[in-house]
Amino acid sequence: MSEEQPGAEARRRRGRRFRDERITLVHGAGGKATRNLVEAVFLEELGNPLLEPLGDSALLEAGGTKLAFTTDAHVVQPLFFPGGDIGSLAVNGTVNDIAVSGARPIALSAAFVLEEGLPVADLRRVVASMAAAAREADVVVAAGDTKVVERGRGDGLTVTTSGVGLVDDRVALGAEHVRPGDKVLVSGTLGDHGMAVMIARGNLELEVEIESDTASVFPLAESLFALGKDLRWLRDPTRGGLATTLNELTEASGLCAVLEEKALPVREQVAAACEILGLDPLYVANEGKLIAVVAAGRAEEALALLRAHPLGAEAAIIGEVEPEPKGLVLLQTAFGGSRVVDMLTGDPLPRIC
Amino acid sequence: MCLGIPAQIVEIVDPEAKTAKAEIGGVRRIVSCALLEGEARVGEWVLVHVGFALDRIDEEQAAETLQLLSDMGEAYERELAQIRETAGETGAT
Amino acid sequence: MRYVDEFRSGELARALASELAEAMPPGRELALMEVCGGHTHAIYKHGIDELLPPGLELVHGPGCPVCVIPVGRVDDAVSLALEPNVIFTTFGDMMRVPGSKGSLLDARSQGADVRMVYSPLDALELARANPESEVIFFAIGFETTAPSTAVTLLQAREQGIANFSVFCNHVTIGPPLKAILDAPELRLNGLIAPGHVSTVIGSHPYDFIASEYKRPVVVAGFEPLDILQSVLMLVRQLAEGRAEVENQYTRVVREQGNPRALEAIEQTMELRDSFEWRGLGSIPRSGLRLREEFADWDAERRYEVPGVSVPDHKACQCGQVLRGLVKPWECKVFGTACTPERPIGTCMVSAEGACAAYYHYGRNRPKRASVTA
Repeated sequence: MSEEQPGAEARRRRGRRFRDERITLVHGAGGKATRNLVEAVFLEELGNPLLEPLGDSALLEAGGTKLAFTTDAHVVQPLFFPGGDIGSLAVNGTVNDIAVSGARPIALSAAFVLEEGLPVADLRRVVASMAAAAREADVVVAAGDTKVVERGRGDGLTVTTSGVGLVDDRVALGAEHVRPGDKVLVSGTLGDHGMAVMIARGNLELEVEIESDTASVFPLAESLFALGKDLRWLRDPTRGGLATTLNELTEASGLCAVLEEKALPVREQVAAACEILGLDPLYVANEGKLIAVVAAGRAEEALALLRAHPLGAEAAIIGEVEPEPKGLVLLQTAFGGSRVVDMLTGDPLPRIC
Repeated sequence: MCLGIPAQIVEIVDPEAKTAKAEIGGVRRIVSCALLEGEARVGEWVLVHVGFALDRIDEEQAAETLQLLSDMGEAYERELAQIRETAGETGAT
Repeated sequence: MRYVDEFRSGELARALASELAEAMPPGRELALMEVCGGHTHAIYKHGIDELLPPGLELVHGPGCPVCVIPVGRVDDAVSLALEPNVIFTTFGDMMRVPGSKGSLLDARSQGADVRMVYSPLDALELARANPESEVIFFAIGFETTAPSTAVTLLQAREQGIANFSVFCNHVTIGPPLKAILDAPELRLNGLIAPGHVSTVIGSHPYDFIASEYKRPVVVAGFEPLDILQSVLMLVRQLAEGRAEVENQYTRVVREQGNPRALEAIEQTMELRDSFEWRGLGSIPRSGLRLREEFADWDAERRYEVPGVSVPDHKACQCGQVLRGLVKPWECKVFGTACTPERPIGTCMVSAEGACAAYYHYGRNRPKRASVTA
């Protein structure tokens, strides 16, 4: 058996404690419950060295060529929202998983499950959107499949995309490469996508211009590949937000990430909508951003590289890696105190109290 | 009992139904002004809780509170500055 | 954001923290209770507790309307949600609170039509838009939220919307405060009173705390500077030997409160003889129910609810936490058997419950050197 990944023992312990009998929505939120499910059910049966790291992509070697391989299922309501739709999400989501694994995305597959009664006009719109996103990301959809399920059993439309990319030789990315003193950067504003979708659902009666940020982050990632081994770790903070992604890093690396609240870029409308609903932008999903951990001495350079691209105009250095307390993410509040940024527990729900 | 957000009335929607549009940070929502004394006026600031304007925000009082805090802040900064200066003189920190 | 950002200034925080350290009466240990869950949440979210001088402790109180709803009432809500043809509406806060057979979210996976709303008026609108369904609104909250439910009921009656009813779980702040002050084991020097409840009831309901119990009270806003300034005002009172009710939240709270809000509550609701509070037991005249004239909009009268009192788990110490006797981390099951994913008591489920707030924001936080040194 290959060398144990850090955190493997903790995973097995959590897996043994998993006793949920039915799947609930909380399992899909991207936080602790999701992780527990994956470890206890999926890893338990399917566990293998390629899967175990649970990275955004699996890194394969075939005939001397290193490939990144990933898959993503897309389920979103409503299908269409300001800034994008399930089609652009599907393409960009998979492209981004490849990009943050240090690879150039080449080809995608797309498998559709359509619900009986779905207007073909809607399907055309989604596919056109996918085509546009694929062109923008310079990838092709090379394979596909379509199934139809009975009315009431399909959520309108769901799509699963898988993707493959060529690993860039310049980089060696992974939690194991992160060191105390490294800086944490984010490529732009937080929480745009999650808030756009929540508001588009319409039951909150909020009127505000917030657009999903869905986009391919490969150009941003590629510009950072130039940093070589000084680029330690990349991720796109999707479900569960920046907080969840950074917690995954600190747990896997055994280090601590300390963030500066004042440095976090958040659009005014997103901040206001979060205030009204009692939500925290740190936990809200992003679909067109990346988080990079970079050697301290090259952080300013990394920032400049990100800002040179229109998608990275609001990039910022938001924190630093420290040796302790192990496994924690901390926030220095604008007010002068500090708090722990815990892993997401369930789907963030608006509250009144 | 807790999430009360300050928002500004930007539009009267229905004077009879006492509904108005309130805005904070670019986010707008229709709120009921049934709990406010008299008529809501565009430009007023109110505290919004569960879709109701719970009461008006007294801008003068807000300014007074902030002034008090800011005065404390200035006094503190002056003291700190003094400490730094005198430390500089004696060479002590 | 105006009226928010200015009250979060880090520079002013340092000045306040310094004043606070200076104002501390020498040689005394002080314990102040912040009554409201919203204050607890804000304290941990901004790390305000780290700015307090040594010798000053904040004790978390029972002002969390989600935390104090007993398991039996959650079961009643779930039972209502499962009634045929019902659209059950609730604030997000209550969606995941577990009853003895699951939460409202779980009920949804069993086929109940449970929908989250931001305002009771949205629930009324749902009733108007869905005349073939029965819409029930799960009303929770202290006097801050009761007026909104009240106005919604008045509008329902005025507009003749018959397919709408309210499951009323509103509670009042006075009786639990008295219950806490009467607890012999408690050592409290002063109270930080809930700012938004006070927007409705004013500051006079706290007079008895100063006159009978001789403890100072300050009505506090919810931004970090509001909270710190309120603590400073309390410490000054204690240092000067005063016990008065002061108002820090003058930009919103008036001494007499909001007469229209109080009037709306008066028209639609009345005090129950007794209401069970999770962790605090039955407290007389502390819960609100709909008046007889609004029987047609009272879910409890229109439907059969189990109405069973379900005792808390034996290991649960929520009652002691809610009364400020036990700190979250002192509870025997905190973080082990009781976590936000698998809560035993509601102090852990509600985002503003003392245990949840501490678990998310404070647990494992490294100790810092005093900022006021």
